[in-house]
Amino acid sequence: MIATPVNPEVFEPMGQLFVSLPHCATLGFQYLGADGRKPVLKVDWRDDLVGNPATGVLHGGVITSLVDTTSAVAVTAQLERFETIATLDLRIDYLKSATPGKAIYCRAECYRLASQVAFTRAVCYHDDPDEPIAHGVATFMRGSSPLPMLPEEGA
Amino acid sequence: MSDFMEQFAVLREQKRFQDVVNAIPYARLMGVELGEDETGELLFSLPFHERNVGNTVLPALHGGLIGGFLENAAMIHLIWNRESLEAPKIVDFSLDYLRSGRPKTLYARCEITKQGKRVAHVLIEAWQEDRSKPVAVARAHFLLTTTR
Repeated sequence: MIATPVNPEVFEPMGQLFVSLPHCATLGFQYLGADGRKPVLKVDWRDDLVGNPATGVLHGGVITSLVDTTSAVAVTAQLERFETIATLDLRIDYLKSATPGKAIYCRAECYRLASQVAFTRAVCYHDDPDEPIAHGVATFMRGSSPLPMLPEEGA
Repeated sequence: MSDFMEQFAVLREQKRFQDVVNAIPYARLMGVELGEDETGELLFSLPFHERNVGNTVLPALHGGLIGGFLENAAMIHLIWNRESLEAPKIVDFSLDYLRSGRPKTLYARCEITKQGKRVAHVLIEAWQEDRSKPVAVARAHFLLTTTR
């Protein structure tokens, strides 16, 4: 049986919120849905996101933002209630160069939700998650701000 | 050596800091600015732009954007300070977030901790108004050669 998000009423709006944040919208992140509790995001190749003009390969910073965002969405798949989370640390391993012109997908999972900290892992890939171009691990602080991220939270 | 690296060498020679940044599309999109500090080391700055926000309530800069800014700084700092014009390739990048990035200018400075034959290690630190209160610290490993 595939696990579904703990509370879809938290997961769905938070997922939409995270991809609509100004920087994510600037990068053109798209939320494609979830494989159980593992959300998948996509970013299309664009010439203004390139990091190496000699090759046309996307900037590593785009991958960092994609991993950070997808991992944050993965945390919300484990949450019962709305809460604000903030990235504590993040590590990206660049396993092989991304292919210029191709979209990059990221799939993340929160593999441990502790009382104060959430632990995540993510892969970025073009066609097959088993042939990743980057791997990311991150931790998030839970309840990082008393201010809700969504205006209607707690309503 | 690519055309880009040849161009980089020319811009470095002429100290055309901003043209170096503008040669990298995503650095230009973020809004990165480059200059020298009083010691002659490269100083990266990122004036606040609404498009870089990751939390609209606080508001705060996007964590991924801070990562991209620091990674970009490390790469430029390394190329700037190397003689070789072979482009380094990032292997891994590790980032600790210490404070949220407020809607103000973010600064970064880098230090090459070690430069070996094949691998370089770069430390990066980011702060806003007070250098003693860093927003994030990071480190990156770069491969310096394509041959073993």
